[in-house]
Amino acid sequence: MSQLLLDVNELTMRFGGLLAVNSVNLSVKHRQIVSIIGPNGAGKTTVFNCLSGFYIPTDGSVMFNGQQLAGLKDFQISRKGLVRTFQHVRLFSKMTVIENMLVAQHRHLNTNLFAGMFKTPAYRRLEKEAMDRAVYWLEEVNLLQHANRAAGNLAYGQQRKLEIARCMSTQPQLLLLDEPAAGLNPNETKELDQLIVRLRDEHEISILLIEHDMGLVMGISDHIYVIAQGTPLAEGSPDEVKQNPDVIKAYLGES
Amino acid sequence: MRGSLYNAVFAAGITLVLACLMLGVRLGAEGTTLTVYGAGADRWEWILAGVGLVFLSQLFSTQLGRLSSRIPRPDLGTLKPQEATWKAIKPWLLAALVVGLLVWPFMVSRGAVDLATLTLIYIMLGLGLNIVVGLAGLLDLGYVAFYAVGAYTYALLSEYFGFSFWACLPIAALLAAAFGFILGFPVLRLRGDYLAIVTLGFGEMIRILLNNWTSITGGPNGISGIEKPTLFGLEFSRRASEGTQTFHEFFGIEYSSGQKVIFLYLIAVLLVIVVIYLINRLMRMPIGRAWEALREDEIACRSLGLNRTVIKLSAFTLGASTAGFAGCFFAARQGFISPESFIFIESAIILAIVVLGGMGSQIGVILAAIVMTVLPELAREFSDYRMLMFGLLMVVMMRWRPEGLVPMKRPHLELK
Ligand SMILES: Nc1ncnc2c1ncn2[C@@H]1O[C@H](COP(=O)(O)OP(=O)(O)O)[C@@H](O)[C@H]1O
Ligand SMILES: [Mg+2]
Repeated sequence: MSQLLLDVNELTMRFGGLLAVNSVNLSVKHRQIVSIIGPNGAGKTTVFNCLSGFYIPTDGSVMFNGQQLAGLKDFQISRKGLVRTFQHVRLFSKMTVIENMLVAQHRHLNTNLFAGMFKTPAYRRLEKEAMDRAVYWLEEVNLLQHANRAAGNLAYGQQRKLEIARCMSTQPQLLLLDEPAAGLNPNETKELDQLIVRLRDEHEISILLIEHDMGLVMGISDHIYVIAQGTPLAEGSPDEVKQNPDVIKAYLGES
Repeated sequence: MRGSLYNAVFAAGITLVLACLMLGVRLGAEGTTLTVYGAGADRWEWILAGVGLVFLSQLFSTQLGRLSSRIPRPDLGTLKPQEATWKAIKPWLLAALVVGLLVWPFMVSRGAVDLATLTLIYIMLGLGLNIVVGLAGLLDLGYVAFYAVGAYTYALLSEYFGFSFWACLPIAALLAAAFGFILGFPVLRLRGDYLAIVTLGFGEMIRILLNNWTSITGGPNGISGIEKPTLFGLEFSRRASEGTQTFHEFFGIEYSSGQKVIFLYLIAVLLVIVVIYLINRLMRMPIGRAWEALREDEIACRSLGLNRTVIKLSAFTLGASTAGFAGCFFAARQGFISPESFIFIESAIILAIVVLGGMGSQIGVILAAIVMTVLPELAREFSDYRMLMFGLLMVVMMRWRPEGLVPMKRPHLELK
């Protein structure tokens, strides 16, 4: 498959006078883990917001699976198979873990009111499929034993994993993870590391990752983009990026 | 201590001012002029005692709090039987409850049955608003508008076109749903306070429209002589109107006006059971889960491919249709409706039912509806201070059980 899964050209986002994202180019191939790194306030989350339809970019084009995303609403983009997580966990906290998983599959279910009232065979089949998928992904992230607990009562690391499982149950092709390792302990980070690799290798999806944990990023990325103050600074394989003098300067200059 | 002294003085002052205005003076007409009367000495004593009580309770609030925390609270959870036994006896309990509801009216007074019917109407309204406020988290202060739409649908269709109650029930629900849809559109982007204000305005608009469209709705005079429901064409009146038969003639029994009251009550029971069943199913369907998800986190919903427009509109529409249902029945029961029945206070009472009950919880809403309709009836002598008691109840609830009478319990899903 030579075609690019995600192809972003000259993406620009302005907030009044602030140029938050400045002509960023990105591309993600099938079955790739691509990372975006950069100091705080560099505009990484803003890039995600533009890709997922939460912001309308000032300029530039986003192609997903050979299709323009401009003009699509956030929920339509997610239905095309581009799903994101958030820098701050956003779960349906009062609902149970399993309910969180089922809500995510809303569009795969039979939402016809009459089908639901009369529990038609088609409705039941889809409910069962959704339940099976939910159970499958909860098992993958080791949360099955908590299925009937309120999501808000899980430990922080579990909430992070649930968010990823919830995204996966929508059957995406590209998963956007915004700082998934933030706040995790070393063990949990290692688990996350393995999970992301497994998503690529076994489930054959692509991942676009924003992360500050350099060990994680350098270990699993196929390609890395560095942005600083909204502007592309460097890109390449982990080794290339590590040795890039501009990157070293930006990172040392910051800290 | 300084802080609580300040608090106590402040609270006592407020109490004094409010009590003077609400209890201490009274307006009366003397010929054509209004005069202000002061209250008698005994009432002033009561007011001063109340102010003193507020002062002391605020002054020693921390000590009181410590005392009250020492009072052991009964753990209601342990009263409920084990999950397995509960499952086994639940159908029996429900059956007993339904039979009880059906038999009970034949053993009590007319007034009691009538009150029960009113309670059932509020249960329906509470359950409907629970969809919008409790589940979808959209604060709707104009819910009474849909109730009015339902009531006027039946009243007008019956008056001008001779439609029967049973035919009007679905029509009223549909029409109210349509109004819910219309209101839903402009408020899609609004949240919280803004949404509350717009829905409040909508409720008033409908009421003012009904008040001023005199040629059709009869304006403030309302519509009277609305047909009562019939049982398969049998009327519940002393004498049959042309071409029909009455219930007591058909069965060859003595006429009594109580039959009609009981019949209306039974219809209400039927409607409430239908509404409970339907909403219960909805809550377990994808749409019900989506409502709650929207309440919990709208942004996460959007990121997962849920169309919030459809979800919000469906909540508004289905909530409104329940009110339409209740309104249609209300018109039939009263036989007379006017815009007076659909003022803002009604919306506030229905909202209070939902909040008191425990947002989202059906059993809670039912209990709260009973409390809110039966209590004022029991405390008839105090009817002047109904709003005062209402406020007190709210304050007590917020202190004692901020999550409502029966907080919503999450369903336990079998994973298979
Ligand atoms: N909605 C917004 N309105 C105005 N400024 C914003 C908005 N969102 C982000 N920004 C600004 O854009 C810049 C980039 O922010 P962000 O993308 O969150 O950075 P990062 O995720 O790389 O830490 C920051 O200066 C931030 O203040
Ligand atoms: Mg960020």
